[in-house]
Amino acid sequence: MSEHSTYTPGSGVEKWLDERLPIIRFSKEHLMDFPTPKNLNYWWTFGAILAFMLVVQIITGVVLAMHYTPNVALAFDSVEHIRRDVNGGRIIQATHAVGASMFFAAVYIHIFRGMYFGSYKAPREILWILGVLIFVLMMATAFMGYVLPWGQMSGWAATVITNIFAAIPVVGTPLLELLRGGFSVGNPTLNRFFSLHYLLPFVIAAVVVLHIWALHVPGNNNPTGVDVKSSRDTVPFHPYYTMKDLFGIVLFLIPFAWFVFFAPDILGHPDNYIPFNPQVTPAHIVPEWYFLPFYAILRAIDFNILFIDSKLGGVIFFGGSILILFFLPWLDTSKVRSGTFRPMFKWFYWLFVVNFVALTYLGAAPAEGIYVVLAKITTFYYFAHFLIILPLLSRLETPRPLPTSISESVLGKAHS
Amino acid sequence: MFNTKTIIAALAMVAASALAAPAAQAAGEAPHIEKQDWSFAGIFGTYDENQLQRGFQIFREVCSSCHGARLIAFRNLAEPGGPGFSEAQIKALAAEYEIADSTAEGGVRPGVPADRWPSPFATEQDARDANGGALPPDFSVLAKARGVTDAFPWWLTNYFTGYSEGGPDYIHALLTGYHDEAPEGFDLPEGKSYNDVFPGHAIGMAPPLMDEMIAYTPGEDGVEVPMTVDQYSKDVSAYMMWMAEPGLVARKETGFRVLLFLFLFAGLMWATKRRIWKGIEH
Repeated sequence: MSEHSTYTPGSGVEKWLDERLPIIRFSKEHLMDFPTPKNLNYWWTFGAILAFMLVVQIITGVVLAMHYTPNVALAFDSVEHIRRDVNGGRIIQATHAVGASMFFAAVYIHIFRGMYFGSYKAPREILWILGVLIFVLMMATAFMGYVLPWGQMSGWAATVITNIFAAIPVVGTPLLELLRGGFSVGNPTLNRFFSLHYLLPFVIAAVVVLHIWALHVPGNNNPTGVDVKSSRDTVPFHPYYTMKDLFGIVLFLIPFAWFVFFAPDILGHPDNYIPFNPQVTPAHIVPEWYFLPFYAILRAIDFNILFIDSKLGGVIFFGGSILILFFLPWLDTSKVRSGTFRPMFKWFYWLFVVNFVALTYLGAAPAEGIYVVLAKITTFYYFAHFLIILPLLSRLETPRPLPTSISESVLGKAHS
Repeated sequence: MFNTKTIIAALAMVAASALAAPAAQAAGEAPHIEKQDWSFAGIFGTYDENQLQRGFQIFREVCSSCHGARLIAFRNLAEPGGPGFSEAQIKALAAEYEIADSTAEGGVRPGVPADRWPSPFATEQDARDANGGALPPDFSVLAKARGVTDAFPWWLTNYFTGYSEGGPDYIHALLTGYHDEAPEGFDLPEGKSYNDVFPGHAIGMAPPLMDEMIAYTPGEDGVEVPMTVDQYSKDVSAYMMWMAEPGLVARKETGFRVLLFLFLFAGLMWATKRRIWKGIEH
């Protein structure tokens, strides 16, 4: 990793520091000189956008925690107190709540970008696995954060989601009671969720460090999927990508600000403005939009499979739909990384995207009539994509010829 | 830089991410709710002070005998972006109410602007007992706890217009949606009223408003506001929206400046980025 270093300590103090803690050398190597393929498109700015979003969520979250009260009798009103009485509170709270949605929008784009350009393939399997781990941690964090305002959807989401764990044989019930801190969702649940909601973002930050470490060993993938061959294929990260990423972040802030200032509640559910009442079940319990595809899969299994009852079956498929992502690098065995050069993969990729959007829609639809049938079909297709289509494609498909280098493909584009 | 494919894909992403929440209620029987023309809708929306004052009058004279507003303090009524009462008016108003205070002599004292709006009932059980078992909901955030569901694909446009007035639209529709008699074949329980938009149609609240029920004072310009159920409903819905979102005006004003800044800043960043990348084939 240190072969890119052009750092020579400029002063006596820097030299002294460099021999003891080479932090300036490290920063120069990894934040400034790091050679990055010069052909990265704007989909690649979402890495920086996500890092930015994590910081936004942590900062706004730390401020919110200064004013929030994790007690069932006070939580709902303390969030309103933040909105009404804390200086700038409405904006901070809205930024945090909308921020969760924007964070997930960005992470989905980041994941789907990786899927299209084959960023999970050797030698980036660990990088991908760490990314999936971050995604799982994000889901846990977002879910627990959603419980904190203690509205109807908060409390019922906590009830429904913790209930999932009860389906696990033998350890299910003890696990459920451990998660809830009792037999039902109540004050102990709220307290431990608050504690974990504060803890997990820092765990995410730690895994992000590993994620970036794993990125900086092989370096970035790029839209052609062709390895970097020479220094002509790359530019230093600074100023080229610092600038491009910052521009991407500013663009991303525009829809973000639109929601925060003009429709802060549009991504949430009105029922969450009703304080949680365990005696009254809402007509439809709907998770936040970013959980809907997986929620659809959970609900799609409404039949027993041999000795596995439908509840456990749903949990297995729900867990499997996320766990399967860990194995993606070994399910897609095609040697060609980028979807651009894979004529058949391209079609199936977009079909998978459409199917995923359909799952999102079905997760919010009531579990009745045609929606149930569609949920089963889309759930089947979700797994078929990973378990049948990708392994088969790798054998059947003839990829288009690859450019010999990034520079060649870039020049070809400029002159065509 | 941005080719057509990228733009189409980006739009598809936006549409996909928006394909979410409202689908939930899409299937259930959703009565049609007429959207109203609110002064506080849109980027430049602000509350109409006169309307909020009329709405407050209705809340005070009618609603507040059963509904509380526990998060609202008297002082809020004089704060910028609200009904615009003067400090003196608020002081006088607060003093008209008795506030339970265990540290005061006799357990009660006259209100001050810092006090919260007193609840009409001491406990939830008292409230239920006085209302045939139904609990009149607190008004503090009620306007945001209700909404309107648009059919697919029309709700997609809401993300681009920033439609956030579903609550007042619903409340207005509820207050104007009463029928003297339930339709043929509908089994209306004793003590309930029939309402078009209330879930299940049997609502515990009797029609609270009637034409000419509340006397509006004509403005200094002599313009008279119609004293109809429709107008009363609009005014009280607007007032409830203000209670739920008292900082709306300041939020939108800030938002306008923030967006303007972001657009300009993005332009400058774009120019800088192009300048830096000039001469690099990519």
